[in-house]
Parts: sequence; structure tokens; C-alpha cells
Amino acid sequence: MRIFDPHIHMTSRTTDDYEAMYAAGVRAVVEPAFWLGQPRTSPSSFYDYFDSLLGWEPFRAAQYGIAHHCTIALNPKEANDPRCTPVLDQLPRYLVKDNVVAVGEIGYDSMTPAEDTALAAQLQMAADAELPALVHTPHRDKLAGLHRTIDVVRESALPLDRVLLDHLNETTVKDAKDAGCWLGFSVYPDTKMDEDRMVALLKEYGPEKVLVNSAADWGKSDPLKTRKVGDAMLAADFTEDQVDQVLWRNPLAFYGLSGRLDLDVADTDATHEGNSILRGGE
Amino acid sequence: MTRTPSLAALRAGLETALDPDARAWLDQSLTEAADHKADSGQGPVPTWELRFAQAGRRCGPEHADDARLLLLHAARADTATLTRLYEQGTAAERRAVLRTLDHLVPGPEALGLTEDALRTNDTSLVAAAVGPYGAEHLGAHAWRHAVLKCLFTGVSVDEVAALADRARGDAELARMLGDFARERTAAGRPVPADLQRVLALTEVSAETSAETCTETSVETSAVEAPGASSTEPLTRAGAPTEPPSEAAPAASAASPQES
Repeated sequence: MRIFDPHIHMTSRTTDDYEAMYAAGVRAVVEPAFWLGQPRTSPSSFYDYFDSLLGWEPFRAAQYGIAHHCTIALNPKEANDPRCTPVLDQLPRYLVKDNVVAVGEIGYDSMTPAEDTALAAQLQMAADAELPALVHTPHRDKLAGLHRTIDVVRESALPLDRVLLDHLNETTVKDAKDAGCWLGFSVYPDTKMDEDRMVALLKEYGPEKVLVNSAADWGKSDPLKTRKVGDAMLAADFTEDQVDQVLWRNPLAFYGLSGRLDLDVADTDATHEGNSILRGGE
Repeated sequence: MTRTPSLAALRAGLETALDPDARAWLDQSLTEAADHKADSGQGPVPTWELRFAQAGRRCGPEHADDARLLLLHAARADTATLTRLYEQGTAAERRAVLRTLDHLVPGPEALGLTEDALRTNDTSLVAAAVGPYGAEHLGAHAWRHAVLKCLFTGVSVDEVAALADRARGDAELARMLGDFARERTAAGRPVPADLQRVLALTEVSAETSAETCTETSVETSAVEAPGASSTEPLTRAGAPTEPPSEAAPAASAASPQES
């Protein structure tokens, strides 16, 4: 089973996770820029974080045979902090980087005017950079947030079929599908979706344009949830081809809209062993 | 070992390797770079700098380094520009900047970039940092630590420019290598095969040719015979067929869920 996790925050994960993910079949990941649990207080903290997503993290992933790409954005939560909003001005220079395959995570957290501004501005940046967008749907007041998100996308220069609406569930999937967006589901141990509910939604709505992710981060989460969904699909009589569509081909097709996916991870450099993760001497 | 092929050779190699679309893109980008006016870095990003960022997806990752190096040359990038591109660059862009320093910066004024790269643990950056520019300008202490870092991180010492010249007669480097070998042996771990090679080079006097140095016997008892395996590559590619068991339970069921 080959797996492309289209949303996982590897910066928060250990090398044990990379090893287990590879063993489970994960060969490619996309790491969206988001918040870090601890709010940041200056733009420079974002730039160091973005640089890590474009430097150290893909290097780390390659040690384990996993291709790593990222999405870059000012996240909705921190878009509310005026100390952080200067990041918006610097985003265009990051969006041209080879490894950036979408603008994201953007969207709503508390549905404030500042979030409106950041969302609209970044949808325009996605259109300008010819990138798709990864749009987070809010945890609180979710259905209203989804409707407002779709309205803002409709008014933007970015077509709805270049938008992945993420963290969907039973209450939001139909409207997202009817709008023509790509459909993202985060499968978590306790919150968001679980494997069995995911299988039920796949039966009802089909596998077209559906992406399943672990969204694993620094909270209670599981980087192997993608594999567990694949196993649950097979147990529910989905075919291997349908599993491959959901866990590999759909994420490939969505992020492939960027024209920048490069899934070769033969080595970071053929001339060396590339094991500095071992911190020397291990 | 030595990089620094001529620009003409680099260009000719790319002309042969690239497909027609990529070749046309490179030709136009090099023209834009050559025509650009010097800028302060304050205004909008110059077009050629955008091309510099896009080289991987336009020319393919395997040709990106060479394409970027040609662009930096064509633009006659000065130290301020190189520094900005490095600081705002991905790992691949930073590597390209490091590789071009010996071509474009005559003095030690860009040494800060080399030192920055040597602080990372990204082996591709470390390898680029020990190229000709580092060989020319790194001080003795920093250079020795760079060599040791290559041994630590598995970067082949073939990447270290002017290795034989700088190592020759360096008793302090020899001491550091011997101590490292003893530390590895005490831990029951193999000594990197490259360590033997470098140690041999340090024992060569100025009169001895580089060819004979490989025959020099090494008396450091802790150093294992040539052929001892270098540090093991990390687990990869040996894909187990079964998924691993469940991850360990999290410490707290009440951890926040905002992602």
C-alpha cells in the first residue's frame, strides 16, 4: 500500500515516526505551515519556521525515504495578531520556492475581520503564484465557517477546483463536494474523524477527490492513521485500486496542480551517506 | 573531487542534458540575469532572482545546482546579493550559493555563509561548505572542525577541497582524529573509513608526495584497519511489509486538538 499523507506536521514528530511511517507505506508527505501551539510574536519566527519547512525537514524526511513538500501561509489563528501580519508581505518570495506545492493552511479560526483579510489576500496570492490552496475549516461553528469559506473562495481569483477544504466531517462534506472542491479529512485518535466514520463517508460519497490525512502534530494524534484508513477500507470491501486512489492518486493529483511535485528521494546527495540525523558518532 | 568546472563546460553540459523547454527557459533566464541592473534588495524581487528560485522545477532537481550557479555568474552577484539569496533560500538554493563563492567572492567576506552552513546538520550544505571557498578562507580551527564534522555526519572527505594540502603536517588535526578514533573504539563503534585516510595525510611531510601518503602506516592503535565500515546509513528502503504496531499511548488524553 503506497501512501501520500497530504497533511502532517512533521516538524513536531520524531525520527521514530518517520521510520514507522515508511514501514506502513508512506512515501510522500505535505507539511502545511500552521501554528506551533505556542503563539509567535514576530515575523522572524515565521521565517525561521518556513526555512525549516524548506530545508531541514525535507532533509530529515529523505533520510527515511519519504518525499517532503510543504505549503506556506500565515495561518488564520495568528492572522489575528498584528505583530504577525507583516508575514503576509513576505509570502510571495516563499511561494516561488520549488518545494512549495500550495498556499496553506489558510481559512478561518474565529471568523474575524482580520481572518477575512488574510484569507482573501492569500487566495489572491495562490492565483498569482499558480498554486492551489489548502483551506482549513474551523473547529468551532464549523458549518457556518464552511459556508463563509466557500463564499470567499467564490469571490476570489482562485477556482473552487483548485481548493482543498480540510478537516471535513459528516456535517460539512456535502456542501464542500457540491461546491466542486477537493475534500480533505483528518483522522484522529479522539477528535475530528475516525477510521470507521471515514469508511462510511467514502461509501456514501465515493472516493473521487477525497484525501485522507493524519494531520499529526504536537497534540494527541497518530501519523499512521492514513494506513489504518486504508486497512479499514479493505476490510469494508473497497478494492486496492480505490484505496490507492484515496491514499495516493488523489493527493498526487491535487498537489500536482502546482506542477512542482518531485517524488524522487533517492538520496539527498548521492555522494554521501546522509546520516547526520544521528548527530555524529551514533 | 574538485568542483569548479569551467562555466563553459557547465553551460555545455546543461545544453546537452536539458530538454528544449528547459533549455529555452535557461537561455532566457541567463539573459535576464546578465541584463539586470544592480539593486538594493529593497524593491520587488528582481526577475532573475525568481528564476534562481524556480530552477529546480524548470531544469529538474539534478540540474538545478548548475543552472543556479550559471545564473549567479550571469548576474555577477556580489556578496550582499549572495548573502540575501542564501538567507532567503531553500536548502538547494543555499547549496548553489555556497558552490559559487569561490568563483564570485575573491576575499573572505562571504565566510559567514560557509560558517552558517557548517553549523547545520544538512549533509548537502556541509559538503558544499567544505568546497574550494572554505578551503581557501576557513581558519585552522574552523577547518579542522569542518573535517571532523564530515567524519561525524557521513560526508565523504572527497568533498573537502584541498584536503591533502591543508592536512599535511597538521599535528593538531591528527590529535583530534586520534581522539575521535579512540572515542569510537571505546564505545564499541566502527571508526569511519575516511578517518584513516585523513590521518595518513596529516603525517605526510611537505616533501612527500600525495601519492605515497596512502602507504604511510598509521600507528594510532585505536584506528581500525582500512575497510572498516563507515557509519551505518539510517534505516530506509528495507521496507518491512507489515505496518508497525500502534503508537504508544499519549501521556495525556486532554492534549489540545488544534491543527
